[in-house]
Amino acid sequence: MTNEQKRQVVIPGEVIVSGDDFLPGDGTEKTEKGIIALKFGLAEEINKLVKVIPLSGVYNPRRGNVVIGKVENINFNGWIIDIDAPENAFLSVAEVPRYVNKDGLDEVMDLGDMVVAKIWNINKRGIDLSLKSRGLGKINEGIIMKINPNKVPRIIGKEGSMIKMVKDETRCNITVGQNGFVWIIGDNIEDELFAKKAILFVAEKSYIPGLTEEVEKWFAKEKGGEKSAN
Amino acid sequence: MKNGLQRRKEEKKVPTKTFKRTDGRKLDEMRPISAKVGVIPSADGSAMWKQGDTTAIAAVHGPKKMHPQHQQDPSTGQLRCNYNLMSFSVSDRARPGKNRRSQEIDKIIEWAINPVLKIKGFPNLVVDVTIQITQADAGTRCAGINAAALALAHAGIPMKDLVSSIALGKLDKTLVVDVNKEEEDYEEGEGSTDIPITMTSDGKMTQMQIDGKITPAQLKEIMQMAKKACNEIYEVQKKALKDGIGGGEE
Amino acid sequence: MALEEARSKMDKFQTTSNVTGKRIRQYLEKNKRFDGRKLDEFRNIEVEVGVSKKAEGSARVRIGKTEVIVGVKLGLGTPYSDSPNKGNLMTTVELTPLSSPRFEAGPPKFRAIEIGRVIDRGIRESKVINFEGLCIKEGEKVWTIFVDIYSMNDDGNLMDAAGIGAVVALKNAKMPKYDEKTGTIVYGELTDKKLPLKKDIPISITAHKIGNSIIVDPTQEEEDLSETRVTIGFSDGIISSMQKGESTSITPEEMGEVFEIIEKSWKDVFKKIEKFVK
Repeated sequence: MTNEQKRQVVIPGEVIVSGDDFLPGDGTEKTEKGIIALKFGLAEEINKLVKVIPLSGVYNPRRGNVVIGKVENINFNGWIIDIDAPENAFLSVAEVPRYVNKDGLDEVMDLGDMVVAKIWNINKRGIDLSLKSRGLGKINEGIIMKINPNKVPRIIGKEGSMIKMVKDETRCNITVGQNGFVWIIGDNIEDELFAKKAILFVAEKSYIPGLTEEVEKWFAKEKGGEKSAN
Repeated sequence: MKNGLQRRKEEKKVPTKTFKRTDGRKLDEMRPISAKVGVIPSADGSAMWKQGDTTAIAAVHGPKKMHPQHQQDPSTGQLRCNYNLMSFSVSDRARPGKNRRSQEIDKIIEWAINPVLKIKGFPNLVVDVTIQITQADAGTRCAGINAAALALAHAGIPMKDLVSSIALGKLDKTLVVDVNKEEEDYEEGEGSTDIPITMTSDGKMTQMQIDGKITPAQLKEIMQMAKKACNEIYEVQKKALKDGIGGGEE
Repeated sequence: MALEEARSKMDKFQTTSNVTGKRIRQYLEKNKRFDGRKLDEFRNIEVEVGVSKKAEGSARVRIGKTEVIVGVKLGLGTPYSDSPNKGNLMTTVELTPLSSPRFEAGPPKFRAIEIGRVIDRGIRESKVINFEGLCIKEGEKVWTIFVDIYSMNDDGNLMDAAGIGAVVALKNAKMPKYDEKTGTIVYGELTDKKLPLKKDIPISITAHKIGNSIIVDPTQEEEDLSETRVTIGFSDGIISSMQKGESTSITPEEMGEVFEIIEKSWKDVFKKIEKFVK
């Protein structure tokens, strides 16, 4: 690999670089052959640090992540939330900023309801969610879609540039959970479905260089012709 | 039940020295292979492996919580394989569902793949691999392993290598690579010996079985042949994964 | 403890969320669907025949992203005593864990059993199979047709995919060779003879009621919202079987609407698969 930030597709076990000049980062391991990939993905080297950006895989929860999840069960002091990770998460009733009757948890959030929440703690006992930040809480309107969580950084783009473009072009408000759930809300369903289609396009093309221009072109084309609803 | 090979043998009386494979392949030549990842959109990772008329499709779900709970292991993640012959993939209809053979093969495949998996960091979790054989013409466990290795990589499961698998054979006295069903049923002379072998890309063996007679000297040769064949299979797997980038969005 | 219990109950069913469900219903009220289809419109149907060489007949059917593989095998059996000159039909469905995180390994669960039963009846009651033509020796030996259906990817409407796959595989199957002397099947050698089938094309079509709307061919997102469903085995204007599933009632008027939608859909689907069932 050269000094320029060239990304190459690597498969598990493939030697990314050899020699002692490099440090193994995420998704890699140092062996006698050199630094090898542990995952299928894009290898990247920045300042001698080699890492693999995975292209697939289930969501790996991290503290501080904003996620979107679904109420899967309710118990006496909170909600079990499916965040599409290997483990479910727990949202305590104490996170709701008002009085909740112990028998009325389902009136606040029922099975199948969606919620935007932040992971505030991960330990052996599980993942705990919080609602104590702006923009967190139950989702009442709009549509939910799911993308591969590994593509979330591309959907958001550098400093949020990509998602801003999609929001502006579709006139929708969009919240992207780090776990790959996306919440879209607009003035009408057509706008929401258009936004969904745009996000699927970005996700599908996420690995290509010059993604921003591609997406701009896509919008020009989609809006140029008669705008189709799906 | 006579097969075509036997009949042709009887007709032509081909001496064993000039053993010719009925499909015209060279002794070390594999059947045509095609492979593709991302064939099952709803899975976390998936792959198809077709070798001659044997086709395996593998899908990965997970890592996810191990069920039943008593099988959870707090010290490591686990691989769980589920191999199935489709009822119509063989001549005499196989009853759908598991049998002793498929249960053994599940384990064989797990053992073949486990050495390259890095799932210790997934305590209490399981990575499920389901393999369906849609067409069987010998070498189904090998095709299953090749598809499973691809599907696991495609699912983003950490691995330090792929594994590549091939069925070798001894037909009478001749050693061959990639036996088909007709050859597997060969009964002339010393008959047929079936030897599936699985290797990592640097030539370590993770799986080997033998059904039939063979000498240690011949086996040494078989392992050399396996190494070469597995290298070729590895290249096909590598290409399938690299071609599989992009697409497959839900 | 309750938490632990709830956590252990976790299964990764990607059921449609309430909020999306609400939108889908609102849109259906306007006679629109998320993917732009009309309420009575099927997704794209792709058919491939001869996908498994050892089967006497086989088919891969894709409806959108939903996929099934169906194989037909023939075996030898004894006739039932009340029909000594008739062959047998056996239909099984395997909802493989490969095809959806919702399906578990193990013996078939109710849903698989139901699809198998419904598709079996759809074929049987259409009388497309001439069971007398499957008789080898009256009272002693007959052919058994096995139709085995495997789900490969579930994105809704596995039922109709299974039914289409079954009829295509049957129509493309060839009789195996039978050795009169030994009384056994010579596998690997098919004759040129097709199965004894009439020219009907029985297709099972399922209508779903969501709110006040009746739709066909739901995606998984839509199927999760289905309140009741009606599967009708249909062939060229004649109904020969039906199953109403799930615990919501339906009015005779709505049932009338179902018949109309299914008749139209049968024509659509027939057009899409016609060249594979000649």
